[in-house]
Amino acid sequence: MEKITLASQLLQYLITGLTVGSVYAMVAVGFNIIYNVTEIINFAQGEFVMLGGLTMVSLHVAMGLPIILAFPVTIVLVTVIGILIDRFAICPIRRPSVLTLIIATIAVSIIIKGTASFIWGKNPFDLPAFSGRNPINILGAVVQPQYFWVIGFLVITAIALSIFFDRTIIGKAMRACADNANAASLVGINVKKMILLSFALSAAIGAVAGIAITPISLMEYDRGAMLAVKGFGAVILGGLGSFPGAILGGLIIGSIESFGAGLVHSGYKDAFALIVLLVILFFKPSGLLGNIEISRIKRF
Amino acid sequence: MTFRRISIITTICFFAIGLLVSQVNAFEGSYKVGAVFSVTGRASFLGDPEKKTVEMLAEKINAAGGINGKKLELIIYDDEGDATKCNLAVKKLITRDKVCAVIGPSLSGLSLAVIPVAEKHKIPLVSCAASYKIVYNEKTGKPYKYVFKTPQSDSMAVEAIYKHLKNKGINKIAIISVTSGFGASGRSELIRLAPKYNMNIVADEKYGPKDTDMTAQLTKIKGKTPAAIISWSIGPTQVTVTRNWRDLGMTGISLYQSHGFGSRKNIKLAAGAAEGVFCPLGACNIAELLPADHPQKSVTTDYLKNYTAKYNEPLSSFGGHGWDALMLVSKALESVGCDKAAIRDYIENKKGFVGQHGLFNFSPDDHNGLTQEAFQMVIVKGDDWALVD
Repeated sequence: MEKITLASQLLQYLITGLTVGSVYAMVAVGFNIIYNVTEIINFAQGEFVMLGGLTMVSLHVAMGLPIILAFPVTIVLVTVIGILIDRFAICPIRRPSVLTLIIATIAVSIIIKGTASFIWGKNPFDLPAFSGRNPINILGAVVQPQYFWVIGFLVITAIALSIFFDRTIIGKAMRACADNANAASLVGINVKKMILLSFALSAAIGAVAGIAITPISLMEYDRGAMLAVKGFGAVILGGLGSFPGAILGGLIIGSIESFGAGLVHSGYKDAFALIVLLVILFFKPSGLLGNIEISRIKRF
Repeated sequence: MTFRRISIITTICFFAIGLLVSQVNAFEGSYKVGAVFSVTGRASFLGDPEKKTVEMLAEKINAAGGINGKKLELIIYDDEGDATKCNLAVKKLITRDKVCAVIGPSLSGLSLAVIPVAEKHKIPLVSCAASYKIVYNEKTGKPYKYVFKTPQSDSMAVEAIYKHLKNKGINKIAIISVTSGFGASGRSELIRLAPKYNMNIVADEKYGPKDTDMTAQLTKIKGKTPAAIISWSIGPTQVTVTRNWRDLGMTGISLYQSHGFGSRKNIKLAAGAAEGVFCPLGACNIAELLPADHPQKSVTTDYLKNYTAKYNEPLSSFGGHGWDALMLVSKALESVGCDKAAIRDYIENKKGFVGQHGLFNFSPDDHNGLTQEAFQMVIVKGDDWALVD
């Protein structure tokens, strides 16, 4: 058994942290999309990740669809669920206050979790890695090919979203809703449609995260809640509503966990992330890239 | 009114069905046995196979004529892994359903929470959870009067692993455990028993029950170059540990899993990564591998055959704890009837009970009745268990 050098160890912690952090970041981006348009925190965000993973398992492993086909079908299915959530849980609420809407998303997450435990049972499921399971050695650190997929999906998601929000008219309309829903509807933007779209988008991103992480960590019906908590931490760390902040926050939390577990003590790794979160909020209450002026005018 | 007519006809139909059913089961009275398992919720991997197992066993007993001509009536409640619900369920079984004995709960924490209830109502309780504290009152140093348990204690698994390591001449070890009750209890037993076997623990790592990756912890362990890693967890994380262990090229360090690894599902989920992993298992996990003259060969093979045929899923060793508990209670009912004090005395003095997880020899000082012989060391070979001698 050859000894592993400290440098390789550090590299290993970094790669692991960035991989896990990418998943947190994708969950965090999903939170932000819905928050920006509706000002609510969607507690069912983690369930999208779970649904993405498990639907992919059903389509690819159980029904034998090739990955290239199962991947878009999964995303479409989970997106449809996101749309249904908006139609049946968010849209029908009369005189919505932010709090009632948030409670509705909690109810939705419980329903999704319960339904998933009926459909898939309570056992974890595995998904074959997209490019095999032969680890690659980089300067003494061992990297699973799947790690690149996870990080790659985050990069693609980030690029696609920034194009969508900066270059397309629908994306700009969504940003307008985020700035001021009343003003947006005055200039002819259909706010309800934008809310629907925000649920669809964040469901799709959740599904991507779920598909990417399942080959590494398996997936079972109740995994969503933990991912939602970590993703929410990333949102707060980066600044509620800021997309670069969400990605940065996710990667930081993932890395702190990994380095904390490796260098200090694995029993307290969740605590390290929370301590860093608290310290940053202490000095910058709006989060790393958040804007305190914007958060003042928001209802939540 | 059609609605009225439909409802009348439906009612008549229900009565007719009820009459038919009652004529099929021509039992004279019944013995009521209560069961509380975590069928749903965080510990459903324990409660679900336990419930399925006891239902199957009760069906089998009743099909063979019941107990002394009486029907074995099983009343099962789901505690959802919640101590309050568990407590209420046990009280309900005792006061409203008036059962002769209670089996379960599935979790150690919940079992500890209902011990006072069983003691107060003087009702025999056969727990399906592992902690030795269930049958060891720290104040008196003796077992609780009415409480028994069927699973092996953690310490037995630890001793089985340590013994195996010692025979291989290994004493530099690392521990990696999950931060749940199961992992914490196993970890403290590993640390407590280490001096007895001269084990030097060089790393003591942990992870959360829903964590996605344990590469960081294993990398740290790799840096400390132990000769063996002992992983103590249940659920999907133990599979992730196994995969990370292989990915990091750490197969030169033997990986020992706890008895919580005891399901073939885990080998399958590890997708080849589990090859060469050691694990202490009860006989019920490895029925096909046991030699023909093994005392538990026939009970375990029967159980395996019936369970997989009925539920069409791989056998989980946790179901075996439910089997042992219900079989023990039904044997007691057969010889002493529904007399709570007598059932208690019967179980306490039961010797040579051949269960799924070992040969039980109960005594006033031992309400578990098992020794470390109840564990066999196995190794994963070609996607299946193989005995290690």
